Amino acid sequence: MSLMQSRMIALHVFVVVMLVVLAGRLWQVQVMRGQHFVTVANKTQTRAVVVPAVRGQILDAVGRPLVRNRTSLVVSVDTMELSRMPDKGKAVIGRLAELLGRPAVDIQKRVRLCGPKVSRPCWPGSPYQPVPVDDHVSTPMALQLLERQEEFPGVSARVQAVRDYPLGDDGAQMLGYLQPVTQQELERRVGLKASFSGVDLVGRSGLEAQYDEYLRGKPGVRAYNVDRMGKIIGTESHMAPTTGDTLVTSIDARVQASVDAALDKVMRRAKDRPDGAAGVVLDVKTGRVIALSSLPTYNPKIWIGGISDPAYQRLLSEKNGKPLTSRATNGELAPGSTFKVVSVAGAVKDGYPLHGTYDCPGTFRVGNREFRNFEGVAHGRMNLHQALVVSCDTIFYRFAYEQWQRDGGIRPRAKPRDPLEAMSRAFGFGRRTGIDLPNEADGRIPSREWKRDLWEVTREENCRRARTGYPEVHRKDPTRAVFLKRLAAENCKEGYVWRPGDAANFSIGQGDVLVTPLQLAVAYAALVGDGRIRSPRIARALVRPDGRVVKEITPPVVGRLPVSDEVRDYMRRALADVTRGKGTAAGPFSTFPLDRVHVAGKTGTAEVYGKRDTAWFASFAPAQDPRFVVVVMVSQGGMGGGVAAPIAREIWESIYGVGRPAAMPGGVPPSGLPAFQADGTVRVPPDPRHEAIPVKTPRDSERPGRPGRPGDQEEATPPRRGPDDAPGEGTGDGTGEGPGEGTGEGPGEGTPGNAGEDGPRAREPDADDGPRRPRDQGE
Amino acid sequence: MTSLTRSPSLARRVAGVASPVWRMDGWLLAAVAALTVIGTLLVWSSTRASLAGAPSGLLQRHLLNLCIGLGLGGAIAMVDHRWLRAYAPLLYALAMLGLLLVLTPAGETINGSHSWIVIGGAFQFQPSEFAKPALVLGLALLLAEVREDDVRPRDFDVWLALGIAAIPMGLVMLQPDLGTTLVLVAITAGVLILSGVRMRWIAGLAGVAVVAAVIVWQFQLLEAYQVNRFMAFIDPSLDPRGAGYNSRQALITIGSGEVFGKGLFNGGQTTGKFVPEQHTDFVFTVAGEELGFVGAAAIVGLLGVVLLRGLKIARECEDRFGALVASGIVCWLAFQMFINVGMTIGIMPITGLPLPFVSYGGTATFANFIAIGLLQAIHIRERSYG
Repeated sequence: MSLMQSRMIALHVFVVVMLVVLAGRLWQVQVMRGQHFVTVANKTQTRAVVVPAVRGQILDAVGRPLVRNRTSLVVSVDTMELSRMPDKGKAVIGRLAELLGRPAVDIQKRVRLCGPKVSRPCWPGSPYQPVPVDDHVSTPMALQLLERQEEFPGVSARVQAVRDYPLGDDGAQMLGYLQPVTQQELERRVGLKASFSGVDLVGRSGLEAQYDEYLRGKPGVRAYNVDRMGKIIGTESHMAPTTGDTLVTSIDARVQASVDAALDKVMRRAKDRPDGAAGVVLDVKTGRVIALSSLPTYNPKIWIGGISDPAYQRLLSEKNGKPLTSRATNGELAPGSTFKVVSVAGAVKDGYPLHGTYDCPGTFRVGNREFRNFEGVAHGRMNLHQALVVSCDTIFYRFAYEQWQRDGGIRPRAKPRDPLEAMSRAFGFGRRTGIDLPNEADGRIPSREWKRDLWEVTREENCRRARTGYPEVHRKDPTRAVFLKRLAAENCKEGYVWRPGDAANFSIGQGDVLVTPLQLAVAYAALVGDGRIRSPRIARALVRPDGRVVKEITPPVVGRLPVSDEVRDYMRRALADVTRGKGTAAGPFSTFPLDRVHVAGKTGTAEVYGKRDTAWFASFAPAQDPRFVVVVMVSQGGMGGGVAAPIAREIWESIYGVGRPAAMPGGVPPSGLPAFQADGTVRVPPDPRHEAIPVKTPRDSERPGRPGRPGDQEEATPPRRGPDDAPGEGTGDGTGEGPGEGTGEGPGEGTPGNAGEDGPRAREPDADDGPRRPRDQGE
Repeated sequence: MTSLTRSPSLARRVAGVASPVWRMDGWLLAAVAALTVIGTLLVWSSTRASLAGAPSGLLQRHLLNLCIGLGLGGAIAMVDHRWLRAYAPLLYALAMLGLLLVLTPAGETINGSHSWIVIGGAFQFQPSEFAKPALVLGLALLLAEVREDDVRPRDFDVWLALGIAAIPMGLVMLQPDLGTTLVLVAITAGVLILSGVRMRWIAGLAGVAVVAAVIVWQFQLLEAYQVNRFMAFIDPSLDPRGAGYNSRQALITIGSGEVFGKGLFNGGQTTGKFVPEQHTDFVFTVAGEELGFVGAAAIVGLLGVVLLRGLKIARECEDRFGALVASGIVCWLAFQMFINVGMTIGIMPITGLPLPFVSYGGTATFANFIAIGLLQAIHIRERSYG
């Protein structure tokens, strides 16, 4: 038996080795790599489905909705459930297509997953997220779907919140719009655990973008346990969505509407055909924004449910005047004579007596060139008060020229004082106001440094042109070509020199100075208010739907005018006379009851090379103790006094109720926040014109998941202008904004901005935006 | 030892008829009992009524099967194995008859294998399971006969043994059931080697096995799914959604149990039915996930106790037949355990074999208990008669 015994020992060893191998491998799998497998297992066992949060509303100062939520019936298809059917859901989609009256192929395309080889229409989100196929379903259709579930397995009709814009086109650029969030944007967000679902929206511009973090709320996440077929076998966890905060703004919906209406009127005036207009209403005391308008505009509802490509191209097109761009915050234009308040402040600061008298001749010689008054009219000797009222140019040319000479002229001294540049910056020009809107423009204050930068950028081209000339121009206009060549040669050599013509143009808001309507409004508010520059704010507060205030927003003081109260008072009084007597805006205000509300202001007519003038009116009221600033700008509009001032008058009539009901009874903006009621609604105080508009605020609950009464929030305000009106409205001349605008008066045109013989100008229109780039990068 | 059995204690004498019960191997009995209890809990966990798509009523059937198995095993333990030796040819013949019957229209196909006979619509019967103990008995019977003063079986007996092994192997291959065929190969190899056949026989048979494997592979005698399983074992990334899926999910399931497991009935992978056949062939994954390394290693340990006690019984049996039967059973159980556990932890290709005493099963459970009954019977008689 010894043979068998020995072989049995071998078997024994064999068995023991097997046991050790199994135990060792178990140790390796479970103990050493256990954590890894736990992670893998969790990933395969759960599926997160995002329950979108209801986005917060945007309200005006008294609680009227500017952007609210409307419920919409959305039909979604659960593709996971369809894929488990024997025919992959073909029959269900066929029936659904029939019910919705759409081709089945269309729905098929929408519900398939996007991939490298699948292009839109397709579903970019998670396969576990029901895919919305129609968001404009009628109630009877939805009821059919819900009642005949056995015919439509995997198809659901749900009530979902959709953005609604009661103001129609008004303030569209300020409010902004929503777009589906991209994977990248989601990954950048902090603290969001949910995966990309394809249903989340993100604010892409305006207030929606600025306060997106607050407005969007927190999406809920339902984590389902799934089996290996992906079938849901239980709920692992459920986190209810949190409704976003309500954004209470200082906008007054009625003032906003009146500004838009007044601007719209001028835009439609056939004889002028302006290419753009903007209006800003600020609260002087607080720095809050009461209205912010830009025309042409559009109805933001076109973004709902995904914008079509033609509609998007229309929004971006030059022909339609780029309605997406806000001219109030992004339109950079020469301010014209509205800028003279800065010149007066700068001159007085530089030592010119405030109460002195100055000659206002028809022309003033700067260097070797004549700079003319408006229409070459001489006004004789006058004080600064009068200079503002009649908008004399030559007095300011003289100031600028003398200041330039004191700084050393062509060969400037080591540290030139440049009092006007300093004063302009003190008024907040040349930098962003810091308003709570994304992508605001800087404007531009010309300076020696800026000229040098520009020269360095354009030198190469200028020097090349100095050699080669302009053969392409020569064919059409030999004289001009010769001039351009000479200009290029001089620019090549000494284009960096700050010339007296530059200084003179600057002093009357012409030439290279560019401001945004908002910057001008902020500057005037500081001038006629307490002398402090405030960074304007549209938002007043962020409020939970139950009325709890999350965050209050106050416009911060960002600067102080280096102008004494005496000088500011003097100018305020002077501007009060602009609207009467010999003032440049006396005409439009001749029938305005100034004894009741004294509107003061300054007109501006900025010449733009190759285009009609930009009309400005920067106004404030009451003149004795200003409460509001209204700035109106009409690009390619014409005269400030003739075009912009009448619009401003209409706005003032609306605010104070002149010949029409007052938009802001008593002329005082509300001091507190609107009253939120316990149920989340806001009671808008009744007024003589309207019944109170009931405003519903969504509570912190899972609204979209529950079928509700879709009809009960339908209170659509018909838009004043349909989106279809937009095409054809523009003049096809460009947008009235951007660096090229208002700066490019060419040589030899005989405008006040023309340097003429005095010295070559630094620029050709097509070389215009060169210098801005290096500056922008530095900021 | 013999002195102990010649003068049984008072208690054992009082026990009377049931006296062999007291001479059973306690360790073996305890290990099998523990495995059975754990197995029942795991079957329960993996077939709970709350599980979507889980077959219901399997726990009750499992308990019934255990009772029948216990009865069969107990009865065999009470029988003298030398008496079984006399009836071995009959038992073998019955088992072969069963295998033949499966191939007739009486057989049913379940899970791709035509290896079932359904009696009365409810009772499923898998003759190939009985082929395992029958082959053990048949081989032991042939190879136990040696001439005086010889330790090796005659060549004729070896040929004969190969013949009686080839019959069930061929019949099972026709079903086809690769796993059971391999168990039969393991049994044959084990019994042959232990019976003392010459090394040249062993080498020759190993060569034949290799040639056979090559032929099977080359001429594609295996079913496509069997090839796929094997390929997926070699490279699991080959087809992660198909053949590699079971293997990968089994590994994830076991690994995610970590040291102490997620607790009985708390396995997310088990609840989600990520591993197919988790109450039968892949029951070890349930143990791995819910009981962790501690529980899984305990099962391997208990199976080790069964195997080592079986070897001890074989070693201590002075009767060649008994020793060969015991060794054959150890080879059978060891092979089946190693393949089953190994495939769930990614060191063996996937083969449809249940885990002895733990998996849900009818005929397989009976066969396992018959095996334990045989081991106990050998142990008892060894003690009784020395």
